[in-house]
Amino acid sequence: MTTLRLDNLNVSFSTEAGPLHALKNVSFDVPENRIVGIVGESGCGKSTLINAILGLLADNGSIDSGSILFEGQDELTTLPSSRMRDLRGPRIATVFQDPMGALNPVISVGKQMLNIQYRSPLSKEEKTARAVEMLELVRIPDAQAALARYPHQFSGGMKQRIAIAMALMMEPALLIADEPTTALDATLEVTTIELLKDLQQKIGCSVMFISHHLGVIAELCDDVVVMYAGEVVERGTVRQIFQDPRHPYTARLLECDPARQSERTRHLPTIPGEIPDLRARPAGCIFANRCDRVADVCSTPPPDENIGDGHIARCFVADTPAETGVTA
Amino acid sequence: MSNEPILKVADVQVSFPVGGLGRRGAILGVAGVSFEVNRGETFALVGESGSGKTTLARAVNGLQEISAGTITFEDQRIDELDRKAMKPVRRRMSMMFQDPVGSLSPRMTVGDLVTEPFRIHGVEGRNLRDEAERLLTLVGLPTNFASRFPHQLSGGQARRVGVARAIALDPALIIADEPTAGLDVSVQGEVLNLLNDLRERLGLAMVIITHNLHVVHHVADRTAVMYLGRFVEAGDTEQVFSAPQHPYTAALLSANPEPDPDKTHDRITLPAEVPSLLARPSGCEFHTRCPWAQSRCSTDAPVRQVTDGRAIACHFPLEPGARPPEQSERAVS
Repeated sequence: MTTLRLDNLNVSFSTEAGPLHALKNVSFDVPENRIVGIVGESGCGKSTLINAILGLLADNGSIDSGSILFEGQDELTTLPSSRMRDLRGPRIATVFQDPMGALNPVISVGKQMLNIQYRSPLSKEEKTARAVEMLELVRIPDAQAALARYPHQFSGGMKQRIAIAMALMMEPALLIADEPTTALDATLEVTTIELLKDLQQKIGCSVMFISHHLGVIAELCDDVVVMYAGEVVERGTVRQIFQDPRHPYTARLLECDPARQSERTRHLPTIPGEIPDLRARPAGCIFANRCDRVADVCSTPPPDENIGDGHIARCFVADTPAETGVTA
Repeated sequence: MSNEPILKVADVQVSFPVGGLGRRGAILGVAGVSFEVNRGETFALVGESGSGKTTLARAVNGLQEISAGTITFEDQRIDELDRKAMKPVRRRMSMMFQDPVGSLSPRMTVGDLVTEPFRIHGVEGRNLRDEAERLLTLVGLPTNFASRFPHQLSGGQARRVGVARAIALDPALIIADEPTAGLDVSVQGEVLNLLNDLRERLGLAMVIITHNLHVVHHVADRTAVMYLGRFVEAGDTEQVFSAPQHPYTAALLSANPEPDPDKTHDRITLPAEVPSLLARPSGCEFHTRCPWAQSRCSTDAPVRQVTDGRAIACHFPLEPGARPPEQSERAVS
């Protein structure tokens, strides 16, 4: 079963300068028990995507068309807000970049972990035991004593692990993790993603992992969705995306990662040009104005080319491998 | 690049008072750091959040009082200067703060923002409109951006405005705190290329603070690794990356995620958590997490050794490619 299926989702915001088409024909699946990474530059619509799924779009935003199907039964685009509230938390949990945004600074960790189990029929003792069990799972030392402590008494890495423990406590079907390791240094980042992978397997949930750190995506994720200016330009398994990128944007993005340059260089590769104004989307390919493989046909809307085995790229030249001119 | 130091930092400490009535104490955010930056050189400070990188940068710029040590910039002691005397120094040493958009006043236009340094420092006889155009061109922004406001800029463009402000008064040294944090890889490259280009054209020295090790590898001539407010290792970037001698450096480098799904990771895992500055470990402060720690490490603090420009504070410096004791046994069995 597919935990989350997005089908031709379109989201726009009304602005003073006219409607802004923030997500255009976004389709991808988050299959059961898999970790799907979402990559893309700021402004590519990652946050809009999360808010659309959670039913938390700003007042001027609206879902114009398309479908978000959760666990094969709940159509999130039309779900009544009372039912959405039942899903958020127990079934769809979130972890954000800043753990302090998820933790209340003036309430002890233990009390917060009891509070979020308010729907559970368990007794208080059982809920406490469950909180201790979760803190042990995320490797908080001396979990029993940790319950009485306040968020500021933990380090940044521990706070993020507590936020993860709280998100997973109700055993959700889907965890949305938005840049959860960006604020951590390399050693803590690796510990956190290893832990996340471990917990995902134990609990058996699906994860949508948003990051612009390509190294973390490559290491953690099963599948990858590449977004550019509100469109999914390419999706596939992590190996298809990293080893055989077909959309020119994916290829250029991978090249830009300084980690891919094995030799020291003073001049790092970039993608010249800017993202087009989303209030006036081009009729054709959204990447055409920055693409080095642009042709006349690119002024018409490109197809979602199926390269095989679930590898899809929204590009006319997707059938030929993109040149990765990685300067080694 | 000349080998003449523009900045000399010697045994600098920064302490912060902690505790309330009756139980006053102090923690050392920076616990005795020494380094030099040469003209035209890029020096990188790396370390995890809370290791004291930003505090050290603020101390160098005079934004944070130091409790011990000396700071010499262009042959002048600057650590004892008062606010007024510090002002001309700041023309020569500018600072780029974290958070590209947050460090720009939302009510000022880009043109006003990039020429604000001239007004603050009372630089007369310049046409501010011409200066704004010159600076915007230098950082690769269209001159019509002068009439925009910060909220109309992307993260990369806001960073460029920050760079323009930093170079407005022809400084000799720029301190850049996380210049690429929050930027996407393609934009990150643009900002680093710009800084490097300006460094070459204007002969600037730079101190870059970051926790992105891949970035450091490409842009920095020399690198210092901070842990709990001290340098555990410092030296030529290429040497530090190819043969780290301090276990913490080795662990940081081995943890760095690579954008290759088939990469096999041979990681040095660090047990335990970062200790609190309120309860610094005895002896070598890294011994609570060090896979190589021996009994001596928990009692004797290592003395900083400098050989061939490479500084290290460790009783048992690593050989190239060293594996932690238990981990290498496991690999054999």
